[in-house]
Amino acid sequence: MFGVLIRIDSVTKRYPDGTVAVDRLSLEIPDRSITVLVGPSGCGKTTTLRMINRMVEPTEGTILLDGQDILQQPVNTLRRSMGYVIQNAGLFQHRTILDNIATVPRLLGWGKDRARGRARELMERVGLDAALAKRYPYQLSGGQQQRVGVARALAADPPVLLMDEPFSAVDPVVRKGLQDELLRIQAELGKTIVFVTHDIDEAVKLGTMVAVLRTGGRLAQYAPPAELLSAPADAFVEDFLGADRGIRRLSFFPATGLALLTTPIVAVDATAEQIAARATGEAPYLLVTDLDGRPLGWSEPHELTAGSIDPGRLLSHGRPFVPGTDSLRAALDCAVLSPTGWAVAVGADGRATGVVSQQTIAEAIRGAHAAVPTDAPAPHSLAKGGPADAKVAG
Amino acid sequence: MNLLHFINAFFGDGAHWHGYNGIPTRVGEHVGYTLQALAIAALIALPVGLVTGHYGRGGNVLAMIAVAGRALPTFGLLVLMTLLVGFGMVNVMTPLVVLAVPPILVTTYEAMRSVDPSPVDAARGMGMSEAGVLFQVELPAALPLILGGLRSGAIQIVSTATIAAYVSLGGLGRYIVDGLYQRDYEKVVGGATLVAGLALVTLAVFWALGRFAVSRGVRQRA
Ligand SMILES: Nc1ncnc2c1ncn2[C@@H]1O[C@H](COP(=O)(O)OP(=O)(O)O)[C@@H](O)[C@H]1O
Ligand SMILES: [Mg+2]
Repeated sequence: MFGVLIRIDSVTKRYPDGTVAVDRLSLEIPDRSITVLVGPSGCGKTTTLRMINRMVEPTEGTILLDGQDILQQPVNTLRRSMGYVIQNAGLFQHRTILDNIATVPRLLGWGKDRARGRARELMERVGLDAALAKRYPYQLSGGQQQRVGVARALAADPPVLLMDEPFSAVDPVVRKGLQDELLRIQAELGKTIVFVTHDIDEAVKLGTMVAVLRTGGRLAQYAPPAELLSAPADAFVEDFLGADRGIRRLSFFPATGLALLTTPIVAVDATAEQIAARATGEAPYLLVTDLDGRPLGWSEPHELTAGSIDPGRLLSHGRPFVPGTDSLRAALDCAVLSPTGWAVAVGADGRATGVVSQQTIAEAIRGAHAAVPTDAPAPHSLAKGGPADAKVAG
Repeated sequence: MNLLHFINAFFGDGAHWHGYNGIPTRVGEHVGYTLQALAIAALIALPVGLVTGHYGRGGNVLAMIAVAGRALPTFGLLVLMTLLVGFGMVNVMTPLVVLAVPPILVTTYEAMRSVDPSPVDAARGMGMSEAGVLFQVELPAALPLILGGLRSGAIQIVSTATIAAYVSLGGLGRYIVDGLYQRDYEKVVGGATLVAGLALVTLAVFWALGRFAVSRGVRQRA
């Protein structure tokens, strides 16, 4: 879809003690997308990443940036053109948040005011409160520190961003927020991001392309995440993906095509005739909505008495899904979690647009799988740059 | 009681407050020797400690130098220097500098080694030069410990600079040496009290220096 920005060509890294960390690795990292390096601990992810900004020099092979060997420009010029984010943020404790972020612009010779002005812009861009500008790193939470790390890496507007397990040290809720933020920033700024993680879920969520490395620094598979999930190259990749890759793969199929039923829906003020008219037997339950059309819960038709429907006595409808933006995985999840086995679809405004049974969803899943041969990438994922679920939250 | 009596008598005697053997003169000389010795020691030990600490090499050699430095008897060195070069400033400065170099050198090296490696890695990854990493990242983080090393060196010099009096120079040692010789214990106690007072002032100066020179972001974490 885009050109190749970084070409890693048959690169090997052997450390002085004889450890082969990376073994004849070749990767083409596409422009303006997120390429994830994933694999078990010690498989050479960090080494690979650090060879791109020459923090580690390859023993053999070459790395080209935009067609040019990275050895051809001065090492610090190269590094200043690549943002670098590490696990514990690595903030300078003696500098304020603003001055931390202004570091690279200052290295590039910007004046203090201009660099700080730029730093303020970036704080906003990564979702940091401007009031934190004059604080010191010790006064920030881990998640906030990591945002500062990202802002600092983006400050000089480098085309490339190298990130080494940047979100591994924060708790899952904060991590999800940071991941969504990264996808948003990537969509807005179109950076080429190389992202290292040991977490396959993170890789599948963020990656446009995912490179799975195996111990010994060899490439096991390089594919878009949907293809990885549908057609793992070998037993190692399959094992690494985990047991529920079938379910996770559903993230890449949109819920748009699901046939929704609109009949079994009544408002909370429905008359006896309306209830009778809606209870057609298409569904064993009726979905009751409030006067604005927002779902309240399920009930069997004979339990509903016109004029005295008690919303407190309805069966929970679970978390509804939004067909336009959610995936089949989200729809299936709604149906599985619903006590009636039926999922509720809502529009962006939260009003119920229809209901769908587990059975119908299962048919849609079979249809989707049939449309995509298992050995070819699911076209949907590449076009979107990530799983349908991941796009929603940003 | 006796001690307090001596102290009272010494400081109460107006004759001790002026002239070439007065308290202000002797304190001034003592502070002068101290600052001079500390400056020379820091000029030797800080660069070596900073650079070896930055590159993480030579720690063993430093430790050996430090042990050797500590093992050299200060007084013996003074006598030796006097025999070699005669009376003068050099033979006072040499033992004082030898005394202060080990704590400054070893602490500076250790301070640089104990800096959190991740900001250093981040700084290099962002394209900061080695000098930039040393002075803008490592030094500010290591500063509290480095100041601690300078403080130890300074305290040792303050309390040992009394040896200047043995080679006919001034400083607070004059009171102690002359007092012992003249069996004037008032003078001995007075001189010792002034030395102790100067040591306390040194502590205060380094405390203030720490407040002034160390970033709030680093101080809060220490
Ligand atoms: N500086 C080094 N010297 C020797 N071996 C190293 C060095 N850095 C990493 N290694 C080894 O290289 C292999 C890959 O390390 P690394 O790239 O850090 O893996 P990952 O980031 O995937 O956990 C590991 O076996 C590790 O022990
Ligand atoms: Mg690693």
